Amino acid sequence: MATKAFQKIYTKVTQITKATCTLRAEGIGYDELAEINGRLAQVVKIIGDDVTLQVFGGTEGIPTNAEVTFLGKSPSLKVSDQLAGRFFNAFGDPIDGGPDIEGQEVAIGGPSVNPVRRKQPSELIGTGIAGIDLNNTLVSGQKIPFFADPDQPFNQVMAMVALRAKADKIILGGMGLTNDDYLFFRNVFDNAGALDRIVSFVNTTENPPVERLLVPDMALTAAEYFAVEKNESVLVLLTDMTLYADALSIVSNRMDQIPSKDSMPGSLYSDLAKIYEKAVQFPSGGSITIIAVTTLSGGDITHAIPDNTGYITEGQLFLRRDSDVGKVIVDPFRSLSRLKQLVIGDKTREDHPQVMNAAIRLFADAASAKTKLENGFDLTEYDQRTLDFAKEYSNDLLAIDVNIGTDDMLDTGWKLLGRHFKPEEVGIKQELMNKYWPKEA
Amino acid sequence: MSTQGKVKGIIANLVTVEADGPVAQNEICYLQTRGTDLMAEVIKVNGANAFVQVFESTRGLKIGDPVRFTGHMLEVTLGPGILSKNYDGLQNDLDKMDGVFLKRGDYTNPLDDDTLWNFKPLAKAGDEVEAASWLGEVNENGKPHRIMVPFVFEGKYTVKSVVEAGEYKINDTIAVLVDADGKEHNVTMVQKWPVKKAITAYREKPRPFKLLETGVRTIDTINPIVEGGTGFIPGPFGTGKTVLQHAISKQAEADIVVIAACGERANEVVEIFTEFPELDDPHTGRKLMERTIIVANTSNMPVAAREASVYTAMTLSEYYRSMGLKVLMMADSTSRWAQALREMSNRLEELPGQDAFPMDLSAVIANFYARAGFVYLNNGESGSVTFIGTVSPAGGNLKEPVTESTKKVARCFYALQQSRADGKRYPAINPIESYSKYLEYPEFEEYIAKRIGDKWIASINELKTILLRGQEVSEQINILGDDGVPVEYHIRFWKSEVIDFVILQQDAFDKVDMNTPLERQEYMLNKVMGICHTDFQFESFTEVGSYFKRVINNLRQMNYSEFETDEFKKFEEELNQIINERKVA
Repeated sequence: MATKAFQKIYTKVTQITKATCTLRAEGIGYDELAEINGRLAQVVKIIGDDVTLQVFGGTEGIPTNAEVTFLGKSPSLKVSDQLAGRFFNAFGDPIDGGPDIEGQEVAIGGPSVNPVRRKQPSELIGTGIAGIDLNNTLVSGQKIPFFADPDQPFNQVMAMVALRAKADKIILGGMGLTNDDYLFFRNVFDNAGALDRIVSFVNTTENPPVERLLVPDMALTAAEYFAVEKNESVLVLLTDMTLYADALSIVSNRMDQIPSKDSMPGSLYSDLAKIYEKAVQFPSGGSITIIAVTTLSGGDITHAIPDNTGYITEGQLFLRRDSDVGKVIVDPFRSLSRLKQLVIGDKTREDHPQVMNAAIRLFADAASAKTKLENGFDLTEYDQRTLDFAKEYSNDLLAIDVNIGTDDMLDTGWKLLGRHFKPEEVGIKQELMNKYWPKEA
Repeated sequence: MSTQGKVKGIIANLVTVEADGPVAQNEICYLQTRGTDLMAEVIKVNGANAFVQVFESTRGLKIGDPVRFTGHMLEVTLGPGILSKNYDGLQNDLDKMDGVFLKRGDYTNPLDDDTLWNFKPLAKAGDEVEAASWLGEVNENGKPHRIMVPFVFEGKYTVKSVVEAGEYKINDTIAVLVDADGKEHNVTMVQKWPVKKAITAYREKPRPFKLLETGVRTIDTINPIVEGGTGFIPGPFGTGKTVLQHAISKQAEADIVVIAACGERANEVVEIFTEFPELDDPHTGRKLMERTIIVANTSNMPVAAREASVYTAMTLSEYYRSMGLKVLMMADSTSRWAQALREMSNRLEELPGQDAFPMDLSAVIANFYARAGFVYLNNGESGSVTFIGTVSPAGGNLKEPVTESTKKVARCFYALQQSRADGKRYPAINPIESYSKYLEYPEFEEYIAKRIGDKWIASINELKTILLRGQEVSEQINILGDDGVPVEYHIRFWKSEVIDFVILQQDAFDKVDMNTPLERQEYMLNKVMGICHTDFQFESFTEVGSYFKRVINNLRQMNYSEFETDEFKKFEEELNQIINERKVA
C-alpha cells in the first residue's frame, strides 16, 4: 500500500502495550487503518486527540518515534474473479507469489442481510459421509461447526466435505493453522484439481495471532462477492474458530476490558454471530454456507466458545473415536443439523426420516445395553442384537471414511435393520416397511 | 433551538459527545458522519459530556463530527397498520428498506401514511375523556383497533368534536379535544410513546387469574400460564426452545401476538416470515400473520438496537392492551438482551457484577417483567399482556445471573432439560422442576373451578406426585437392577411413563397432536388418571413394560386422532380392552 504524497506522518507515539499503540492525531475515522513502521494497525479507540491503534503484527520493536500514517479507509479486499485459485494472508495480500488482484475495493465486515430479504434454505449439500448426509443433512445457507478435540481429523473431514460438496466456490479461512495443515489443504486442493474454484485466506501459527481477527471477514467478503454478484453457491470453511476467539480475548485483555465467562470478552456472542450470520440463502439464487471448526478442550461443550457457538449455529457435528470399530465416527447423538427437516424425505427418498430415526434409536438402545454390561447386569438377547447392530452401523455408516450416495446409505440402513431386528422392533411406518424391508433377511 | 454537540471520543459503539446545552438521560441524538445520520441514545452524562450508545456501526466516525439532540427519548409510533409488520428493534419497517443488505442510517416509516381506514366514532361531543379513552375504532385485520386519546395527555379533556364515520388516513384529525384551560388539541390516529416508560393509562392491575390456553398440554394442564401472566423458558441449545416458542405463538388463544426476535438466528425469523402468512389462526380462521407483529433484531444486527428491541415490542403490546385486547408477547432470547447490557456496561467501565453483567441486571429484568399484566381499563373493559421470555443459560447452567434474576420475577418456570431432549421427549419441559405460581392463586382456583371443575387442581397435584414417585422408583431400579425391586415398583414407574408419554409429550409437527384444546386435555387427563388409579396384576416385572407400552401406544394413537371421531373411539375401545386384561377386579 503506497503512501500518498499528502499523507501526514506522525512520529510521536505516547503509549505502547503488547498489542496497541497510542498517539496524538486529528481527523481520524473510527475503524480506520494505519501503518506504523510498515506494520498494519487499526483504530480501536479515540479519546479527543488520543488515538489508540491495535497493531496486528504485535508491537515488538516499535519505538516511540515510529512513523505512523493513516490510510483513510477501514480494512478492505479487492474483489474480482481473479480471486479464484489464489492464496492470501490475513490482510488479503497474495502469499502464493502471484500478482496482486485487480478489482473493486470492498470494506470487509460489511452490513448484514435484511432478514425479510432472506430466503429459506432448501438445497441439500451432499458430502458422501453418511454420518452427515443421512443423520445430519447439510443445507445451503446453513452454518454449522465441527466440535472436535484437537487430536481429531477435523481438517481432513472438512477438506473432504469441501471437495465433494457441489459448491461453485470454496473459500478457506485458516486461523492459526499449523504450517503442516496449511500445506495439507494446499496439496489436497491441488491434487483434486480443484484449485481454480478455491480461494484461501490463511493465518498460520507463524503469523501474529491478532492478525487472524481479519481472516473470517476477508473470507466472507470474498464469499459475498461470488454469492451476490455471480449468484454462485459458496462454501466457506473456517478453521479454527477457537483460535479466533482466543485472539479476541487477547485483544480485549490488552484493552483492559473486563472478562466474562472463561476469560472471554463479554461481546463474544455478538462477535461470533456477526461471522456466522453471514451464512445466507439469497433470493437471487446465490448462497453462503459456513462449515467451521471449533476445537474443544476435553470434549467440554460448556466452555464459553462452543457454548456461544452452539446458540448461534444451526447445529453442530461431533466427531468421536468409536473404540468398538476403531474408527472416527460422526456421533449421532450429539450431532445435529437444525435445517435437515427442510430437505430430508423431500429432496431425498421418502424413507429417509424414518430410517434415520429408527437406526439412531436402536443405536441408543445399544448404548444403554453397553451401560448395563458395564454395571454388571445381564444382557437380554435383544440387548446382544443391538450391540451387534451398533458395531456394523458404526463401521458401515457412521465412520467418516464412508463415501456413498444417499440412496445407498438408506439401502445399507435397511440391510442392517433387517439383519438384526424383527419388523415390529424397528417401529417404521407399515407402508415403508412393505416397500423397503429386505425380503431375504 | 435544540441542543447540538460534537463527537469527543469513540470506543466501538460508545461515543462521547460534548453538548452545548441541556441533555436528558436516554435522550435520542443523531451523529452525522459523511452525510449519514446515526441514531444514538444517551446512557450517561458527565458535565458537558454525554455518553451515547450508537445503534449502528461507528466505522469512519470522526472526532468533531456534529451531533443533533432531539429532545425526546426513543419512541415508537402507534397507530393502525402495525399488525403483520416486520420491524427492526427501533421500529423501522424492514419491508420498506431497499436492497438485500441493511444500510447504515436507513430509517423507515413504521406506518403507512396513505392507507385509508374505515373509522367509526365511539365518543361524541361533550364527553369527558382522559389519556387512553377510546374516541373511535378502525378494523385492523379483523380486530377492533381503538383510536385513543394520546397517552401523553394529562388530566381531563372535553370532546369538542369527533369526525363522522368514514374513511380517513392516519394523520387526519379525527377529533378535537378541549383541555381544562379551554385550549383546543387536534387528535389524529397516530401517537408516539417512549419505549422505556410503561403505558399506565388503566384503572387497576389485579392479580391475573384467567387461563391463557396455549394448546400445549405440559403448559395448560401441568403448569398453566394466565392472561397477563409472566413465564420464562430457560434451556441449553438444542432442547427445543424455538419449536416450543413457535408452537405457543401459533396456537395461543390471544388476539395479538408480538414476537421479539432478540439476538437470535436470522433463519428462525425467516421461518416465521415464510410460514405465518400461510398458516391459519386456529381461533379466527384468518392467517396467523394478520395477528402477529415481529420485532426482529437478529444476532448480527447492531447490539444497542437489540437492547431497544424488547422495549419496542413491549410498548407495542401495551398499546394493544389499552384497546382491551389479549396480547401475548414472546421474547427470544432475553439472555441476548442482557448480553447487550453487559457489552455497554463494560465499555462504560462500570464495576461489574457476576459474570461481568451490570450490577442492576436483576432490577432491569424485574422492571421489564412488571410491564406485563392483566388490567381493567378506565372504561371498565379488560386487557392483558402475557409475557414469555426464553433464557439461553451459558453452558446450560441455571445458576447464572440472567436465569436467577428472571426466576425471581417470572411466575411460570418452564425448565427445558437436556436429558429429556436427548431422549426425544418433546417438549423437553421437566415437569417436576418447572412450576406455575398461578396454581396457588385462589383467584385462579376459583376461575378454573368454573371453567373445568373443582377437582382439577387436586388432580394436577396428584399427577405431579405420581411423576415424582415414578422418578424416584426409576432411580432405585437403576441402582438395584430390574429384579432387585418389587413388581409394584415397576407398575409405579410405568404409570408415570403413561403420564409422560401421553400428557407431557406432544408432537409439535403433527397436525392434530400439536394443538390440544382444553376440553380434550381434560378428557385425556381423566383417562390417564383413571389408569393411574387402577390396580393391575402382574406375575413378574418382565410383563409390566411390554403391557404398558401397549397402553401408551393406544393412548398416543388417540392423541394423533381427531377428538371424538370414530377413529379416536376405536383406539379408546381397544385401550379399554387392554386395561381389562390386567385389571384387578
